[in-house]
Amino acid sequence: MIILENVSKKYSSGNPALENINLHIEKGEFVFIVGTSGSGKSTLIRLLMKELEPTSGKIYVNQRFLNKIRRSKLCNLRRDIGAVFQDFRLLEDRSVYDNIAFAMKVVEAPTKKIRPQVLSMLSMVGLLDKYGKFPKELSGGEQQRVAIARALVNNPAILLCDEPTGNLDPENSWEIMKILEEANNRGTTVVVVTHNIEIVEAMKKRTVTINNGTIISDVKAGGGVIYEN
Amino acid sequence: MKISSMGYCMKQGVKNIHRNRMFSFASIITIAACIFLFGAFFAVVMNFRFMFAELEKNLCVTVFFTEGISDEEITKLGENIRIRPEVDRLEYTSADEAWENYKAQYFEGYEAAADSFGDDNPLEGSSSYEIYLKDASKQEELVTFLKGLDGIRQVNYSASTANNLSDIAVLIGYVSITIIAILLGVSIFLISNTITIGVSVRKEEIAIMKLIGATDTFVRAPFIVEGIIIGLIGSAIPVAILYFAYDHVIEYIAARFTLFGSSSWFLSSYDIFRYLIPVALILGIGMGFIGSRITLRKHVKI
Repeated sequence: MIILENVSKKYSSGNPALENINLHIEKGEFVFIVGTSGSGKSTLIRLLMKELEPTSGKIYVNQRFLNKIRRSKLCNLRRDIGAVFQDFRLLEDRSVYDNIAFAMKVVEAPTKKIRPQVLSMLSMVGLLDKYGKFPKELSGGEQQRVAIARALVNNPAILLCDEPTGNLDPENSWEIMKILEEANNRGTTVVVVTHNIEIVEAMKKRTVTINNGTIISDVKAGGGVIYEN
Repeated sequence: MKISSMGYCMKQGVKNIHRNRMFSFASIITIAACIFLFGAFFAVVMNFRFMFAELEKNLCVTVFFTEGISDEEITKLGENIRIRPEVDRLEYTSADEAWENYKAQYFEGYEAAADSFGDDNPLEGSSSYEIYLKDASKQEELVTFLKGLDGIRQVNYSASTANNLSDIAVLIGYVSITIIAILLGVSIFLISNTITIGVSVRKEEIAIMKLIGATDTFVRAPFIVEGIIIGLIGSAIPVAILYFAYDHVIEYIAARFTLFGSSSWFLSSYDIFRYLIPVALILGIGMGFIGSRITLRKHVKI
């Protein structure tokens, strides 16, 4: 599903963000990517979204060779990926329902499919009763759940989450993780970049640790984080 | 793009104008000013061309023959003149007809004075050809030709009318093209600015759209719609004003300036607006489209 072969990324300042990364993520996997701040985790996510180009190496996402993908075809790659961010990135002037429906309108989904699909997603994230609320009327955890519903509403093959619990308390963090796990159980490949070692250790999922731009451990059965926070 | 998506993009375009109403208003006013001037010059130039064509129809060169010329020679001269490409038609006036015309024109009410001439024709030897031209600008050429012919005593023509008319039409054309070109540039720049502000207001939304997988067309369409609507409104307003003002202005000019005598010297509003309406609307929409395209190329990269 995701393949990185000898991928390096250097920024124009000359600092290497990632060096010689080799990573294979299979379809249906749930993978944590952990590491200290500035270790290159977010760069990795941005490379997978093709927001950045690798300095060297090859990247494949859902059988698409990212190095050769044309700008006009980028939208097809982005439709394969649902993205969740630490800062939620919701549209403040639209209701919960409209924020999620927006994602379907943007990919030109059939109009009659939008309502049932949005309601199904709201039910999955437990916010059916708040569909008419605006983001500012919701707690951080609720906003992140809306963001996840938006990321999943188009049934992407992959869900990339960059610090999804970074702004949340432990209770809400666990809620989010449960939703991500449920999405994974439905067949979506989930990649979560996080600092939250407690959750990583407890969930016992595959965990890739990055330090100074290189992978220093890849533990299949979960946990085993060896860096100091 | 699907029809439902087109509806969505149209709605967003209208919303953009509303959100960004001050700049949208400024852009509409500038385009309106530009199209108004364009329309006014268009009407003036069209009317000048019409008057010019009307005058051309009546513009003629008169040639008088040398004394003692035979009728055969006059006929032959007529044939030589008629075959020239710039000549529309030729009318022969004999000396007797010339005298009759003169009497009718200048001795009206003084028939007794005219009768005192008896059978004498004071205009003996004034038989002539009136040569009507297809193209007034070729008058000089024809006159040179006529002066070079044997059997022609005198060539009468109005050099100034033809030249002045074509010169004025050309001058108005140049002035209007220059002013309109400047205003077009200003309008496109203002639309571009309006769209830039629209893009910056919706920066977050555009970023999300790109991440979710919107196509280029889908991201850009609302801004193109915004530009086109601004262009459309900006051109419709002055066209409507000109349409309602045109007949009044023509009536005023006809009444105020005796040179023009009556409004039959001018084109009807139908003749002007059947061209001006589509041209102005296309121009306005085109400006809106170009203005927004320029901005989107610069600011909205997927």
